Amino acid sequence: MFFVREAWRSLQRNAVPSFAAMASVVVTMLVLGVFIPIIQATTGAANEVRSKVLVDVYLKTNAKDADVERVRQVLAEDTPHVGNVTFVSKADAYAEEKKRNPEAYELLGSNPLPDTFRVTPDKPENVQALRDALAPLTASGARTTTDPAIEEVRNRREETDKILSATRVVKLTVGVLAVLLVLASVLLIANTIRLSLFARRREVEVMKLVGATDWFIRWPFIIEGILVGAMGGIMAVLLLGVGKVALLDPLAADFALLSSPETINFALLIAVILGASVGVAALGSGLSLRRFLRV
Amino acid sequence: MIEFRDVTKAYPGTDVGLEGATFNVRRGEFVFLVGSTGSGKSTIMRLLIKEREPTSGEIRVAGRNLADLKHKQVPYYRRNLGVVFQDFKLLPNRTVYDNVAYALSATGASRKEIRAKVPDILRLTGLATKLHNYPDQLSGGEQQRVSVARAFVNHPPLLLADEPTGNLDPKTSIGIMQLLYRINRTGTTVVVATHDAQLVNRARRRVIELHAGRIVRDEATGLYAPTEQSTKEFGAMIKPPTDEFQAIMDSTFPADVPPRES
Ligand SMILES: Nc1ncnc2c1ncn2[C@@H]1O[C@H](COP(=O)(O)OP(=O)(O)O)[C@@H](O)[C@H]1O
Ligand SMILES: [Mg+2]
Repeated sequence: MFFVREAWRSLQRNAVPSFAAMASVVVTMLVLGVFIPIIQATTGAANEVRSKVLVDVYLKTNAKDADVERVRQVLAEDTPHVGNVTFVSKADAYAEEKKRNPEAYELLGSNPLPDTFRVTPDKPENVQALRDALAPLTASGARTTTDPAIEEVRNRREETDKILSATRVVKLTVGVLAVLLVLASVLLIANTIRLSLFARRREVEVMKLVGATDWFIRWPFIIEGILVGAMGGIMAVLLLGVGKVALLDPLAADFALLSSPETINFALLIAVILGASVGVAALGSGLSLRRFLRV
Repeated sequence: MIEFRDVTKAYPGTDVGLEGATFNVRRGEFVFLVGSTGSGKSTIMRLLIKEREPTSGEIRVAGRNLADLKHKQVPYYRRNLGVVFQDFKLLPNRTVYDNVAYALSATGASRKEIRAKVPDILRLTGLATKLHNYPDQLSGGEQQRVSVARAFVNHPPLLLADEPTGNLDPKTSIGIMQLLYRINRTGTTVVVATHDAQLVNRARRRVIELHAGRIVRDEATGLYAPTEQSTKEFGAMIKPPTDEFQAIMDSTFPADVPPRES
């Protein structure tokens, strides 16, 4: 209690730098609080796309039912890395596409679409191996097919790669931003504590003379730093809470991403933010005490 | 109580703070360290507080070699010392009571202990009516009394005072010195560094004189200034104190209080 009282006293006297440090903690924690769920949601989305990675096996338009059955057999028994296989017949594909784009298909008249097997690999990363198995690369770089009825084998790798690299960029940017902000917060708290040490150098001197232990001298400063950090963290949590209630919750109803199960739950997020605030503050205080308090 | 054996303190650069100092102070003694500014008085004090380490030589306090004290033990060692400085070292934003209480709580004293001890020591030092004043509302003499109260609140066996009257007028100085004599009579060893010749001459206590970091004189009942003649003869020669001064001395050093043996 003595320490907390001393820390509070010092905080009041050091109002301006304390406020600056607190504001910095608020901004840092807001960024973390907004981006942790966003990153998690996009990572979740990317994983979902990854899990939907498909290899489309297009058959020749003149393929007979026997050819279809043979290819199905090949897929089921002779091909490695096959997970799930769905057959989309010419007619099904036509109906599907016509629904999506009625005018265009009205003009076409006949059905130009082939029979298709949609094959999911057993694991997303095996998609290329699966494609190679069905349509091996020749020495010249062109692809042949393992079955004469297969016209072409395509995967959607490019799409998924784009999504994945986009989330990587977001993660990296946010990561760098977060590191910089955390650094700024640590330094601002360190600065607050340094000023506080300077303002209270007489007290420190007197404490040393009367035989206060090192930790007795340090605690008020550490608590002061932690108070600044915790107040910043609480402020950020309150702002995030308001933001969540005012903006996110109404949207969540029609935006599946926000309520996706991978998104961190709010209570845990609060705990992470408060923990991070206190950690940042303790680090900042410790830094200054190490440098400027020779006990 | 204190043993200095060939202690030298060389400060970085060319200054020598203390050179080859050897002396002993017995338990319960009252000692003046005298000498002009820069002669090394404060250096001795700082070495005793273990704020500085000697370059060579050995310092023992209560039989313990200070060099053997580990960093973590230093605070506990200091709790057995009272220290008083020329500039009082009071905290300006705390009341008289809080200044003393603060020092006590820094040593881990309980609230109960603080409530019991602080008013007592402040009464003893004549500050009973100033408990809730801030240092800037006190005279220099009163501020120094607070600082003495803070130093003595734990009844340490050793009290060090570095120029305790350096900022005070002669009349106030006498009051502070009287306080220190009273503390000494409770059995506490007192070491006072000063260059106030009048006080030293009047006190007739042990004097250790320093000059440029060396001990040049150590007399059992000395005067401030060195002399070839015996102390007795010298005493007869010095001009008698003025009436005003004598009156103050008589009122502040009542002859009927016998020194307590320890
Ligand atoms: N921290 C220091 N750094 C360098 N020299 C010092 C320091 N403290 C004292 N000295 C030198 O040591 C000598 C003795 O100083 P000090 O013990 O303070 O004397 P006194 O208290 O008798 O005036 C002086 O020459 C002074 O300049
Ligand atoms: Mg000095």
